[in-house]
Amino acid sequence: MSLSAEEVHKIAWLARLAITPDQVDAYARDLSSILGFVEQMNAVDTADVMPMAHPQDLSQRLRPDLVSETDQRELFQSIAPKVEAGLYLVPKVIE
Amino acid sequence: MRSHAERGNDELAPLPVGRGVGVRAGFTTTLSIFPTIMHNKTLTELSAGLATGQYSSRELTAAFLARIQQHNPQLNAFITVTAETALAQAAAADQRRAQGQAGPLTGIPMAHKDIFCTQGVKTSCGSKMLDNFTAPYDATVVAKLNDAGMVMLGKLNMDEFAMGSSNESSHYGPVKNPWDLNAVPGGSSGGSAAAVAARLAPVATATDTGGSIRQPAAFCGVTGIKPTYGRVSRYGMIAYASSLDQGGVIAQSAEDCALLLNAMAGFDPRDSTCVDQPVPDYTAGLGDDIAGLRIGLPRQWFGEGLSNDVAQAVRAAVGQFEQLGATVVDIDLPHAPYCIPCYYVIAMSEASSNLARFDGARYGHRCENPKDLLDMYMRSRGEGFGAEVQRRILIGTYALSAGYYDAYYLKAQKIRRLIAQDFQQALQQCDVIMGPVAPSTAFDLGSHSGDPVQMYLEDIYTLPLNLAGLPGMSIPVGFGDNQRPVGLQMIAGYWQEGLLLKAAHRYQQNSDWHTKRAC
Repeated sequence: MSLSAEEVHKIAWLARLAITPDQVDAYARDLSSILGFVEQMNAVDTADVMPMAHPQDLSQRLRPDLVSETDQRELFQSIAPKVEAGLYLVPKVIE
Repeated sequence: MRSHAERGNDELAPLPVGRGVGVRAGFTTTLSIFPTIMHNKTLTELSAGLATGQYSSRELTAAFLARIQQHNPQLNAFITVTAETALAQAAAADQRRAQGQAGPLTGIPMAHKDIFCTQGVKTSCGSKMLDNFTAPYDATVVAKLNDAGMVMLGKLNMDEFAMGSSNESSHYGPVKNPWDLNAVPGGSSGGSAAAVAARLAPVATATDTGGSIRQPAAFCGVTGIKPTYGRVSRYGMIAYASSLDQGGVIAQSAEDCALLLNAMAGFDPRDSTCVDQPVPDYTAGLGDDIAGLRIGLPRQWFGEGLSNDVAQAVRAAVGQFEQLGATVVDIDLPHAPYCIPCYYVIAMSEASSNLARFDGARYGHRCENPKDLLDMYMRSRGEGFGAEVQRRILIGTYALSAGYYDAYYLKAQKIRRLIAQDFQQALQQCDVIMGPVAPSTAFDLGSHSGDPVQMYLEDIYTLPLNLAGLPGMSIPVGFGDNQRPVGLQMIAGYWQEGLLLKAAHRYQQNSDWHTKRAC
């Protein structure tokens, strides 16, 4: 398994991760090495095995649809990078 | 080995300086301030000392804060020390005691791994991404220990987002192993293990996704327990791989682990994977006989790759369990060789999903002058995450992407079931599985940092437990050729923490490895 620089760029874009040009080669090497390593899994016959998503095969617990939390907007926004009038500010999305 | 025994008996020995043991120049002890040597005491002893008024929580807290101030610059175990709030909490604990409302943990200092959210206190998870993050709420574990009246000394260093086996991926620099400053403390809970080993805190919280409690506990010669998945609430515990993460304890002994787990465990409606099952008193069965306990030794764990000194110490410990009345049977974990690729595909996939929340929008690091939303996401994440976290996000993203999901994530989930079934079959033949925690004792700082796969191989004996969701422990059972500690791993069936603690306590009543001190 060997990833090209172009593939690394594509994965990084999917992951919304800006990587610098000098990181690309190192990541291509490391990721190829990791993917090569995990190819060992192909040696296991898993034909009739049910995938195991979770240690406990439990169904999701439900609760009554009631308000259980108080409004803490100010507290939560006090640690935000940028807020205005109770709203989180991000760069303009719509022109 | 004799040098450790000597130091174990020397109540005043401070930290060794530089490599090797017994070098003590350049340090004075803080202990002269206090009539009683408090930092070497177990939780049970500290609890008794507080109850009988030998010292107050304020005195005890001040003693540990002084010890942190003295030794932390060298060890780097703490990211944040909360001296002021600790003394205030201690004063409140003393008051609570005066009112006759103290419990067994009231007034005892402790420290949290910096993965647990602590309201009003920086919670970094070892990452630049959260360097500016002050948690707006307490994790359930934090709230429970606050309710018990414990005093938080500070927040402990860790691998970034708990991704690492050496504590070298922390944004705040590596933690040093108190037994040998050239060695790693293990990871990801390296700060927790080092702090307890150096007695900068009597006990610490930790988390274990693939060995992050057991491996650092082994490397630092302390006792750690990773409970059954679902035993301890994950609410407010920053997520790495949600189907594997579980909070637990690093302490000086099994008895101390039991005391803290009593206060930490239990149902939490805020964690949908926390199981609604009564919590037994884990201290109740301690001291019970273990005659007839069936120990299983996995054949696959004692072969190639395990260093001789670790194998010897582990076998010697198993021999001692036999002397205490246990019987030994060889067992098989046939899918053991596949646990590393299986684990890393699952963990990295879940990590890539969990860490998508760090986008620079609502909290955490945001890049300077983003030109648009995409630029903000990409640069905030590129700047905020370190290399190992980025690697895992990238692999996880790849493994979950269209066309690759079946070959990686789904395949790993199927192997996961086979690994879990191996344990179920093995645990029909024995009560407790024992084996090494890691292939060797603590390795040198920097020795594995160039090759991620090499680092992943370190986790071969600890990962399968998390895949199955079983509880496990690491207890100190000796020293390797390089005088660094060796841990014994103990694994039991679901919800059998009490059995593990009982067996570990029985061993510790008949051995003194857990009383050896790095300083």
